[in-house]
Amino acid sequence: MRTRWYFQTIKYLLLALFTFIFVYPIFLMFSSSFKTNIEIFTTPLSLPKSFSFENFIEVWDVVNFSNYIWNSIIVSSASVFIVLFVSSLAGFYLARYPFKWNTAILLFFMIGLMLPMKLAVIPLYMMMMKLGLLDTLFSLIFIYVAGGIPFAVFLFYGFFRTVPKALEDSARLDGCNEFQIYYKIVLPLMKPAISIVGIVNLINVWNDFFYPLIFIRTDSLSTIPLGMLTLFGEYDTEWNLLFAGLSLSALPMIVAFLFASRQFMEGLTEGAVK
Amino acid sequence: MSSFKTTEGMAHRKKSKRKHLVHLFLLPAVLLYGVFQLYPLISAAFNSLYSFNGFDKNQFIGLQNFITLFKEKPYNTFFFNAFQHNWIYFFVTVLTQLAISLLLALIIHSKIKGKEFFKSVFFLPKLLSVIVIGFLFSLILNPTRGALNSLLDGMGLEFLTRPWLGSMDTALFSVIFVDSWASIGFSMLIFLAGLQAIEPEIFEAARIDGANPLTILTRITVPMLGPSLMIMTVLVFIGSFETFEYVFAMQGSTGGPYYSTDVLTTFFYRLAFGTVDGGQSIGVGSAIAVVLFLIIGLATSTILFVFKRKDFER
Repeated sequence: MRTRWYFQTIKYLLLALFTFIFVYPIFLMFSSSFKTNIEIFTTPLSLPKSFSFENFIEVWDVVNFSNYIWNSIIVSSASVFIVLFVSSLAGFYLARYPFKWNTAILLFFMIGLMLPMKLAVIPLYMMMMKLGLLDTLFSLIFIYVAGGIPFAVFLFYGFFRTVPKALEDSARLDGCNEFQIYYKIVLPLMKPAISIVGIVNLINVWNDFFYPLIFIRTDSLSTIPLGMLTLFGEYDTEWNLLFAGLSLSALPMIVAFLFASRQFMEGLTEGAVK
Repeated sequence: MSSFKTTEGMAHRKKSKRKHLVHLFLLPAVLLYGVFQLYPLISAAFNSLYSFNGFDKNQFIGLQNFITLFKEKPYNTFFFNAFQHNWIYFFVTVLTQLAISLLLALIIHSKIKGKEFFKSVFFLPKLLSVIVIGFLFSLILNPTRGALNSLLDGMGLEFLTRPWLGSMDTALFSVIFVDSWASIGFSMLIFLAGLQAIEPEIFEAARIDGANPLTILTRITVPMLGPSLMIMTVLVFIGSFETFEYVFAMQGSTGGPYYSTDVLTTFFYRLAFGTVDGGQSIGVGSAIAVVLFLIIGLATSTILFVFKRKDFER
């Protein structure tokens, strides 16, 4: 097939334009966090005159940044781990043991896939109040786990059905119990499903702002996104700190993406299509 | 003989008891999801039929909360104002975000170098928290200190500079632009997956028959992308009616200026957790939740139905 040169040129020009549109705001965020407040005000577009990490150190001190990071790590890792564990067990059950209520249970999980959970936040708030979990990280973990389960169960269910049963039957003859079969035989074959569910949930939980906004009141219990609200509320004129705070928040995910961009992109799109 | 029978019976009983243990596989997922998601969802629907005193349920009042929401001032003014903005949000997003991401997907799918690089670059914003993006753009779009107006100034386009988020004419569109900026990479990947699923022979045959690129695009590529278009339209629709964080980060919970970016979720948030009056707000807030459940449920099934019918006609 012959491609005309001007056609190719237009394509690359468009790609360059959009690369600029997508990268420049992020670049500006990082470069501005090395500038002083006056520099940002007088020359907002120019590169920083010197590279000092002062803003990062200051923003780390003025808000509870280390707490935010720590809370985000605890909430994300606990939620992702629990979602993976309970959903893979449930998916295994539904795919492997032909009980008569399995279809009903799949429908039961389907409801959660179709309705936006945000809107159930009033009853959730009342429930957390009764359980004494308001303003604790547990409230967030419970909500993220519950929210992640329907999608994860369906994905695992689909994957488990593709694994041939012969392996399990021979393991059963060798005296493995059902949990050993799940844990030793089937789960190791599930790596693609585990990585999709893990990535989708990690990104959702790590970046979520809505539930911490409702359920967390104590600043030292904030996750990173909610911490940004504190930062912007208290230092709204000191843009050097604001940019530095945003950069620190964005950095972990960007670094993770540099190392595993393919897995991230595949995980999220497969998550949406399935 | 009899002892043999009993041991066999015991072994059988033990085995069937162990069989029941299998249900433990299902239990944790059902419990966690049932208690912390399904129950609150159902409960939200029932709450809309009750009056509230703060967070305490008062008494059954039938559809009174819905009547208040649709008929009583100021609730109805807020509701229809926000409702309208959600629709604008949806239409503008579908037209711009889907068109641009389809264009980018077509370019990347064609014969070019650096596919993986461009894919990653366009996808990058999707990894940032919506609140980080919202706050970042509230700085970039700032009228006096923001980078966008400085950039326009520098290019000699002073006449284009304006208070993007501060003027009622541009605020909603600016919020939608920021949302699209963050979401284009994702929809591009969905389209790209759709494009890759089309067999190359079809294009080859069309080309041999002398079809020009435009005909190929409108007669083959876009129709073949039906499933991806459907998925994206549904996702954009749900996103447009669920949208909260971008408005909250850039315009506050009142959807400023003068409620010109107010959407149903921010109105809902003010009723439930803000400072609008204590008495009716939880009941009316639950009514909004039910309205949103219905809109999202209905629209999702309508769109699915329309696309399904098109499939049959073809």
